[in-house]
Amino acid sequence: MYGLTLLLAIPLGKYIANVFKPESANGPIERFIYRLAGLDSSRDMTWKENLIALLTINAVWLGFAFTLLLIQGSLPLNPDGNPSMTPDLAFNTAISFMVNCDLQHYSGESGLTYLTQLFVVNFLMFTSAATGIASLLLVVRSFLPKAVDTVGNFYVFFVKAITRILLPISFVVALLLAFSGTPASFDGKDSIVTMQGDTVGVSRGPAAGMIAIKHAGTNGGGWFGANSAHPFENPTYFTNVVEMVAQVLLPIAMLFALGFLINRRRFTWVVYSVMTIGMLCLLIPTLVTEFHGNPAIAQLGVIQPTGAMEGKEVRFGPLASAYWSIVTTIISTGSVNSMHDSSMALSGTMELLGMMTNAFYGGCGVGFLNYYYYLIIAVFISGLMVGRTPELFGRKVEAREIKIASIVALLSTLLVKGGTALAAWVYINYPNGAGVASDLVGKPSAWLNNPANHGFTEVLYEFTSANANNGSGFEGLGDNNFFWNYATGIVLILGRFIPIIGPVAIAGLLAQKKYVPESSGTLPTDTATFGLMTFAVILIITALSFFPALALGPLAEYFSLK
Amino acid sequence: MKNHISPAIRLTLILLVILSVVYPIVVAGIATLAAGGGKGETVTVNGKVVGYALIGQKFTEDRYFNSRPSAVDYNATGSAGSNKGPSNPDYLKTVQARIDTFLVHNPGVNKADIPAELVTASGSGLDPDLSPAAAKIQVARIAKNRNISVERLNQLVDEQTQGPLLGLLGPSTVNVLKLNVALDQLK
Repeated sequence: MYGLTLLLAIPLGKYIANVFKPESANGPIERFIYRLAGLDSSRDMTWKENLIALLTINAVWLGFAFTLLLIQGSLPLNPDGNPSMTPDLAFNTAISFMVNCDLQHYSGESGLTYLTQLFVVNFLMFTSAATGIASLLLVVRSFLPKAVDTVGNFYVFFVKAITRILLPISFVVALLLAFSGTPASFDGKDSIVTMQGDTVGVSRGPAAGMIAIKHAGTNGGGWFGANSAHPFENPTYFTNVVEMVAQVLLPIAMLFALGFLINRRRFTWVVYSVMTIGMLCLLIPTLVTEFHGNPAIAQLGVIQPTGAMEGKEVRFGPLASAYWSIVTTIISTGSVNSMHDSSMALSGTMELLGMMTNAFYGGCGVGFLNYYYYLIIAVFISGLMVGRTPELFGRKVEAREIKIASIVALLSTLLVKGGTALAAWVYINYPNGAGVASDLVGKPSAWLNNPANHGFTEVLYEFTSANANNGSGFEGLGDNNFFWNYATGIVLILGRFIPIIGPVAIAGLLAQKKYVPESSGTLPTDTATFGLMTFAVILIITALSFFPALALGPLAEYFSLK
Repeated sequence: MKNHISPAIRLTLILLVILSVVYPIVVAGIATLAAGGGKGETVTVNGKVVGYALIGQKFTEDRYFNSRPSAVDYNATGSAGSNKGPSNPDYLKTVQARIDTFLVHNPGVNKADIPAELVTASGSGLDPDLSPAAAKIQVARIAKNRNISVERLNQLVDEQTQGPLLGLLGPSTVNVLKLNVALDQLK
């Protein structure tokens, strides 16, 4: 499965690089779009102007999505008669899809209408992924040997990411899904009488296209509540392979595309190796622990030769489910084909670590941006260690860049642990939501679906997922209330845009600097030693920041199960 | 900022037409050629729809192959797993109760041989499948209930078993609905 991904990713990377070369022409569709939108595609902008463009259009989407969700109940294309969202849920949902996270505090069957599935969810899945890809392209020029003030045109990168990459890939995936059994028609839910005589409804809808972009764009939000564990959303082992490949494809291909664009293949391979080793470190323990099954159930006398099955589907089995759970957390998809809340404790640890680093491949485009600030810190530290001026590709890394990188790196700790601490405080002090806070927090004593350490992990997971813009969840958490909708909504926005603004700003500042040709005095960044150094930086930042929280949650549960 | 508001709104409108109108309609159009016409493939017995091939349904009676426990009771207008953690004491009590119930309905079965999926809830709550082992462990009960030979039923399970993808990838599965339809048609 992984080999197939790599086999597709390298040529796709080359193709992407060709699409985004400065000299590559716009096709008739792109020219038509620019003309209707009144854009000048030949104008290059500074990093600041590009960021303003990016933030402005995101603000437009947010307003539009929020409004539509608030009034969806009275709009057309609502065959199941689903209601409008409450303001706090609409706030959370609109942000969640705008930032490519797709945390869902509703279930698709009853929480959205076909109109909002298509005009909010499906739409934002394309645009948020394209925003990520465009942001990555804005840092490219800082790698090239020429001092420049302008870093490209966000709109051009953005539009081409949709027309040349996301839409074609999604279209192919959508058809593969549709012909494997995923619904694609606009019919509303059906009602059937089963063989045992029960009358049950069956939700459907034009889901195939949305499920395709959900993976191609590393979005992850499901059409149905159970996401890709739902048999309509992921009907067979074959579609499971398709969806798995589709979600890892672009993150890896973008990395190779970057290598082709900056013409540094060795550097790309070093980065790729660091990311792959990181993935394997998380994957292998997960496969082993899931295959061994739940020790607590073994004590009840059931042998579990097929591994742990709670929250898993028979057609995928524990191995494909374990592989998916790691892939979906290291890249920022967050779709699930098994319920992570029921994963073994060690798997839960690995899933959390995948989201905490968020740079082993990472999301569509933004994965490398996360890696980029680790890279800046690694350059700085190793420069200091050997007593050389820290340089990245012929440009001096100075105090300002380091400050930005450090703030971005530390912010995630603050958001995740701050959020978790706040939730724990509310949980303990207002268990019944008594007094002033009752409207705000619902009934906190009912938030958790599991007691003890596992309950703590549900809270930690939710904030980690929000900060990493991942979107998977320990879904037992009762998160559709005022507290969770607003708390995670705010974490989502900060966790998305700060790690975009930071690296783009660093790259913009670096791009303006004079290029000093690399010499024997330069610390090479394309060696295995430097790769190891970067890996160590990632490990230290993540481990030091998050180990105490992991020890309280999944690690404690792991040792209690032994 | 001001220079960017108008292009942002215009670009949004154009992309809405392409991504939210044209794209899903084209996919829906082509999908009418798929089995089930893009509406989900149904299973019919004597001209009557008895279910969707991909959506699991509740089978609890002794005369049918039973499906897995479900957190949503196989109501397909929703879907969810139990989201119970592996160490949750209440959850382990539930599993224990399922084991006990299974042993009552299937006397003679050795506890250690019960496949884990029969006492754990699936991720979607709508799992349409069982492993061949989970079907075969129920054969003795059904043979007794319906007066059909064990060999014939084992053969039926084998006929209904879907092998791994390309013969090597993934687990073998049996679709419970199709298996029970075939079971009813046995003479």
